[in-house]
Amino acid sequence: MALRLLSLALMLAAWSIGAQLAGPRMLPDPQSVALLVVSEAQSGALAFNLGITLLRVAVSFTLAMALGSVIGLLMGRFRAADSIGDPWLVVLLNLPALVIIVLAYVWAGLTETAAIAAVALNKLPIAMVTVREGARSLDRGLDEMAQVFRMSAWAQIRHVVLPQLAPYLAAAARSGLSLVWKIVLIVELLGRPNGVGFEIGTAFQLFDVTRILAYALAFVAVMLVIETFLVQPLERHVTRWRPRTA
Amino acid sequence: MSPAGVLARLEVAIRQKAYSAATGGTLRVIDGLSFSLGKGEVGALVGPSGCGKTTLLRIIAGLDADYEGEVHLPDHGRLGMVFQEPRLLPWRTLEQNVRLAAPQVTDDELTTLFTALGLTAHRQHYPGELSLGLARRVALARAFAVNPDLLLLDEPFVSLDDALATRLRDELAELVTRRPVTTLLVTHNVEEAIALADRLFLLSPSPTRVTAELPIPNPRSKRTPEELAAFRGQIARKLMGA
Repeated sequence: MALRLLSLALMLAAWSIGAQLAGPRMLPDPQSVALLVVSEAQSGALAFNLGITLLRVAVSFTLAMALGSVIGLLMGRFRAADSIGDPWLVVLLNLPALVIIVLAYVWAGLTETAAIAAVALNKLPIAMVTVREGARSLDRGLDEMAQVFRMSAWAQIRHVVLPQLAPYLAAAARSGLSLVWKIVLIVELLGRPNGVGFEIGTAFQLFDVTRILAYALAFVAVMLVIETFLVQPLERHVTRWRPRTA
Repeated sequence: MSPAGVLARLEVAIRQKAYSAATGGTLRVIDGLSFSLGKGEVGALVGPSGCGKTTLLRIIAGLDADYEGEVHLPDHGRLGMVFQEPRLLPWRTLEQNVRLAAPQVTDDELTTLFTALGLTAHRQHYPGELSLGLARRVALARAFAVNPDLLLLDEPFVSLDDALATRLRDELAELVTRRPVTTLLVTHNVEEAIALADRLFLLSPSPTRVTAELPIPNPRSKRTPEELAAFRGQIARKLMGA
C-alpha cells in the first residue's frame, strides 16, 4: 500500500514538472484540473455526463457479456456451433472498432441503439473467445457425474458449469470493462450529444486540455471504484472454495 | 416370470462394443457379454486390468450409448455411482455435494449417512481440504444418498493404502447390509470382491465376456475366514483355467 501511494505521488510530481515545462496550454498542472473537476461537479454537469456514460458502459457491457458467454459456451461445447460461429468470430475480431461504430451510425442513424450496439459488437468477440476457451476446458468427469445423478439442466449450469467458467468470465469481464469504456467514449465523440466522450470531443475542438483531463480522470476514478468495490469482491467470492496459500 | 420380477432385476446383454482405433480399423473390447443381478444383490465383476470393465460400467450407467445390445436397469433406474476418482465439485461443501446429487435426501438420512462414514466433522468443508480417503467416502455418501435402484462402484478403493481400503470396504459392506440395494462392483481385486459381493462374475481379457458366475452362499457377515480361503482357491483355479 505504501509503495502504491509513493508511486502515485511520483506520478503527480512528474505531471507537475511536466506542466511547468510544457506550459498550461499543453499540459495544465494538477491543481487546475482538480479545480475544474470541482466546478463541473458543482454545476451538476460532471455527474450528468459521468452517469450517462456509465449507463452506456453498463448496458453494452451486460449485453456483450451475456451474448458472448452463451455463444462462447455453445461454441466450446458443440463442434457444429464452433464451425458455424468461427468465421463470424474471426471477422468480428479483426474488424476495427471505428469501422463498426461508423457502420452502426450509418445504418441505424445517430441513435442510442446504434451507439450501444456498436460498443457491444466490439466487445462481443473477446467475450466469445475467452468463454469458448473456458468451455473447452470443462471437466468431462464432472459432466458425467451430473448426468449419472440426473442433475437438472439448471443445477448443472449453476453448480457444475458456471463455477468452472468463473475464472474465464472474470477475465472477460476485467478486460471487457476497460475496453468497453474506451469505446463508449469514441462512440459518444462521434455521434452522441452528451457523455464524457462528447465533453472531451468539445474540449478537443476548443483545445481545452484541462477539460479533457478533468473528464478523463474523473471517469478513470469511477472505474477504479467499480473495480475495487464490485469486480474484486465478486472475484474473491467465486474463488472462496480454493484453499488459501498461507 | 412376473413382469415385476423382470423389472426389478438388472439385465445386461451386450453383443458387441468396439472403439475405432486411431490407426484405423476397430478395436473390440466387449464380445457377447451377458449377466443379470437380482434385486438387492451385490454383484462383482472381476477381471484383469484393461479388460473393459470401466467401459462396461459406463454403458450400464448410460454414459456410452455406442454399443450393440440391451441393458435393463432395475426398477426406476435411479443410479448411484462411485467413480474411480471421487468427482466432487470442488466449489461446493461436502454437504452441498451430496445434496446436489440427492435433492430429496432428508436431514436425518444425511446425518445417519455422514455418521456411518465418519464425515460429520467435515460437512461444511470443501473437497480441496480433504484427503483422498475422505473424498472417496463423500463419493460413497453421495451415491447412497440418492437411494439408488442400482449402485455402481468403479474400483472405488484404488490408490488407497491397504488399511484404509479395508476399513472403507467394511463400512461399505455395512451400508449395503443395512439398506439393501442392487449393487454392481467392478474390481481387479479378488479380495475386495469376496468381501463385498453375493455373486462374482469373472471376466476374460479383452474383448471381454463373462467366463464364470460364482454365487457366494453365505451372507456377508457370516463368512468365516476358512470359507473365504476355500473360495479364493476356487476362484484362483477358475481364473487360471479361463
